[in-house]
Amino acid sequence: MTVVGKRVNRSEAVDRVTGAGLFADDLNYTGMLHAAVVRSPVARGEIQQIDATSALKMKGVEGVFTSKDIPGRNSIPIILDDQPFLAEKYVNYVGEPIAVVVASDRRTARAAALKVRVKIKKLTPVLSLFEARNHPTVHLFGKDNVFKHLKIRRGDTERAFASCDVIVENEYRTPYQEHAYIEPLAMIAIPYPDGIIEIKGSMQCPFYVRNAVTRVLGLPESNVWVIQAATGGAFGGKEDVPSLLACQVALPAWKLKKPIKLVYDRTEDMMSTSKRHPGWVHYKSGATKDGVLRAVEVEYVIDGGAYSTLSPAVLFRGTVHSAGPYRCENVKVDSYVVATNKVPTGAFRGFGSPQILFAAECQMDILAEKLGLDPVEFRRRNLLRVGDTTVTGQKLLNSVGLEETLDKVLESSGWSPRSKGAGRKNGAEDEGTLNKDGVGFGFSTIFYGVGLGAAGKYLARTGANVILHADGSVLFSVGTTELGQGMTTVLSQIVADELGVPFESVRMTAPDTSRVPDSGPTVASRSTTMSGNALRNACKKIRDVLVEEAAEMLGCPAHKIRMDEGVVVAEGLVAGNLAAVQKGPVVGGGGPVVRGDVGAGSTPPGASAGARKVSLPLRDVIKSCVSKQKPLFADGWQVSPPTSFDGETGQGDAYMVYAWATNLVKVKVDRETGEVSVLKVWSAHDVGKAINPSSAEGQIEGGVMQGIGFALMEDMSVDADGRILNLNLSTYLIPTAEDATEIEPIIVEHPYPEGPHGAKGFAEQPLMGIAPAVANAVYDAVGVRIRELPLTPERVWRALKEKKSQDHGQNVRQVAGRRSRTPGSKRD
Amino acid sequence: MRLAFKLNGKNTVLDITGGERLIDLLRQRLGLLGTKEGCGKGECGACTVLMDGAPVCSCILLSSQVAGREITTIEGLARGEELHPVQAAFVEAGAVQCGFCTPGILLSAVALLKEKPEPTRDEIKRALSGNLCRCTGYKKIFEAVETAAKNMRKTRKAGVGR
Repeated sequence: MTVVGKRVNRSEAVDRVTGAGLFADDLNYTGMLHAAVVRSPVARGEIQQIDATSALKMKGVEGVFTSKDIPGRNSIPIILDDQPFLAEKYVNYVGEPIAVVVASDRRTARAAALKVRVKIKKLTPVLSLFEARNHPTVHLFGKDNVFKHLKIRRGDTERAFASCDVIVENEYRTPYQEHAYIEPLAMIAIPYPDGIIEIKGSMQCPFYVRNAVTRVLGLPESNVWVIQAATGGAFGGKEDVPSLLACQVALPAWKLKKPIKLVYDRTEDMMSTSKRHPGWVHYKSGATKDGVLRAVEVEYVIDGGAYSTLSPAVLFRGTVHSAGPYRCENVKVDSYVVATNKVPTGAFRGFGSPQILFAAECQMDILAEKLGLDPVEFRRRNLLRVGDTTVTGQKLLNSVGLEETLDKVLESSGWSPRSKGAGRKNGAEDEGTLNKDGVGFGFSTIFYGVGLGAAGKYLARTGANVILHADGSVLFSVGTTELGQGMTTVLSQIVADELGVPFESVRMTAPDTSRVPDSGPTVASRSTTMSGNALRNACKKIRDVLVEEAAEMLGCPAHKIRMDEGVVVAEGLVAGNLAAVQKGPVVGGGGPVVRGDVGAGSTPPGASAGARKVSLPLRDVIKSCVSKQKPLFADGWQVSPPTSFDGETGQGDAYMVYAWATNLVKVKVDRETGEVSVLKVWSAHDVGKAINPSSAEGQIEGGVMQGIGFALMEDMSVDADGRILNLNLSTYLIPTAEDATEIEPIIVEHPYPEGPHGAKGFAEQPLMGIAPAVANAVYDAVGVRIRELPLTPERVWRALKEKKSQDHGQNVRQVAGRRSRTPGSKRD
Repeated sequence: MRLAFKLNGKNTVLDITGGERLIDLLRQRLGLLGTKEGCGKGECGACTVLMDGAPVCSCILLSSQVAGREITTIEGLARGEELHPVQAAFVEAGAVQCGFCTPGILLSAVALLKEKPEPTRDEIKRALSGNLCRCTGYKKIFEAVETAAKNMRKTRKAGVGR
């Protein structure tokens, strides 16, 4: 019996339902002090003086640290080398860290931080995505404020457009999205007298954190041990930012030789930590009347904030996904990520693709309508299948389940072209054709390149270690982290099956940089494939030792040995009574003696005298290995298959494999208030193989709700001084239980041959296609096409009002018998 | 000043200072780490405890405000190793992902089921609307509460439940 593919309960679920104290702020150390961060109040300025006198006078304050105190380099390594750890001469965004204050308790530290006087000469900030590029006077990065520019040049878009029967050209805008993980960022540094410094905290990437602390403190990697604590949600928001926190505690810990804890206040977290890049897209796409997408031309600009951090990689993913999951021979894309004086943006589920897919999937619906095709049929004529080539020229050799996800959604929902909101041609609605109940349906089909892809290929390796103990319990270590997505359980399932031991006997250590080599980040939905394969790699070595020993004990060739559920069986000999042997537990030794149990010279009952033993409890094989000092532990290493991406043409095998999805959203629009209610979402994903279907569903359900938040209610307003105005959870709205929509998660499996049991990765994907499906559904419901997110009631209401007056004007003109240009006809 | 209250069924007397938040009393001084702080402003519900059976945010309550009251934290749900039916249901239903919101959600659910042993889905949604979850999309949480309600009805009928 295998556990891979089963809905096994999460390994840590009992800990979580009892509130076990395993998160960073639950951990405390003797002599521990508390830190708080002094931050820039302005979006851009020159630091003239830092005066800590008042702060230092406060009772309980132990120190104030600035860039002057940095023993190593004042730099946080991510991709490019432009982000300081503590601002030295200039500040470039509201909230930029300038100094760290340490005190006996958190309250005192936070109060003292407010007492540090920083004299800043204000400079004019650049706040607009549009003004930033080639700004005449403000140079935040290079000469043109462009962190990165990427291109796709495929075919000949100019000639292709000339041959198109329909062309649609529009602009789209998407806002900031804040992760709003429920556990705020938190970190602890514990210095030891022997020169080791331990960093424990809420994070996705222990190795990124180690890189930062070694650089800032000027220490060897062997001296910095980073251990991930239980982490309360991340979604990309704990990818690069923990490196900052780690240095904010490591520096004072190093200087004061005391443990230091730092927990960000929610407002501080929302103000100063990374978010989804706001985006602007100019999208032109064209098709011929046979319903084939012929040309796509895109300009995609995202707002990277003050420092580049992850922006080059975010731009890469967005660029590769810009044309949607379709065949298209002629594609021209220019994408840019620009520098502005706002919070550095970074990773958020989807990583540059939700913005562009919003545009791409709205365009598909608009094109479909112009062609007179329903949105499903138009997509079906263009979606990628096995053997097809993507717009980056990558031939898809395997694992393309997109069409099945579409078919499953149609099957499950019963949608047909007649399901859409009533009567709407490319014009006005009168009272007769008005879709009175405001219900509509919207589709999106999307895809997701699994893993780091060509942009991250130098990080695309991971290590694992597995120890099978003498009592049969198993402990494994990997470099990727549990964030709530279910990684621990999935990997434990894989290990249990590899070694033929019960799931309950397998445990994972806390991810710890002193246990495995640099395994890269926990991002890009890469853990199942990368850590899964590294573990299988390690387990095979242990299995080989066990099998060799068992073969000797049973007197048969090694290839006849099979391991399953705590029993080692020699196949093809006298049929053994497997069930009888299984009665004893593997872990803890000393189970009941059973029929057919091992004992030198004993014969299974019913077997003829002289017939050989056919099975052994695994514990006996382990015992024998231990007695002979055979190693029952091993390391594993997994390197990603090769990827490529040409800098001039954007052609190459951008990702090792893709996940695929179809979303169908049913909405109801209140015409009086503009409120959009999502009634139901059908979301089907090709995941290769669901190692744990319950966890996979959980990712779909959670991602869909985050997508609904992005589509309907999440946005951050920035004022003229570069300050974010909505900085808490009552002004930045994320979906509550009352906003929860009915979700039908559907798992499709087109195995990826290189993945563990055929698994890919996919858990970012559920968020990515919801916004365009919602926008398409709103159009279906009430005939308004909104191209800016979120679809707040105000936006929808204004659009409805405008449409009403246009329709009224058109009807009046028609009634009057005059032919005139319909206002707004160029739109959509 | 002196504070006397009931904590997870036990009469408790402590010295407190005027400005101390209930969440800090629980976490720092009493070592009850199950109550989590998500926002410090009473907006996320992660710090939910029950005060005389009703869900409240411990981050915006002062310790002094619980004088004479009965407080239940997440630590008060399980009986030794035996999980409360709602806790068990959450484990079985896959309703826990990162788990940071879970203690607060569990307590809100327990309060609901005490008041409404057979809640509708809408009643569950309303009762949990003050507890934000960013991971699960809420679906399996609702299913877990419904399962717990059913299980608790069964054991009550058998005369053994809570």
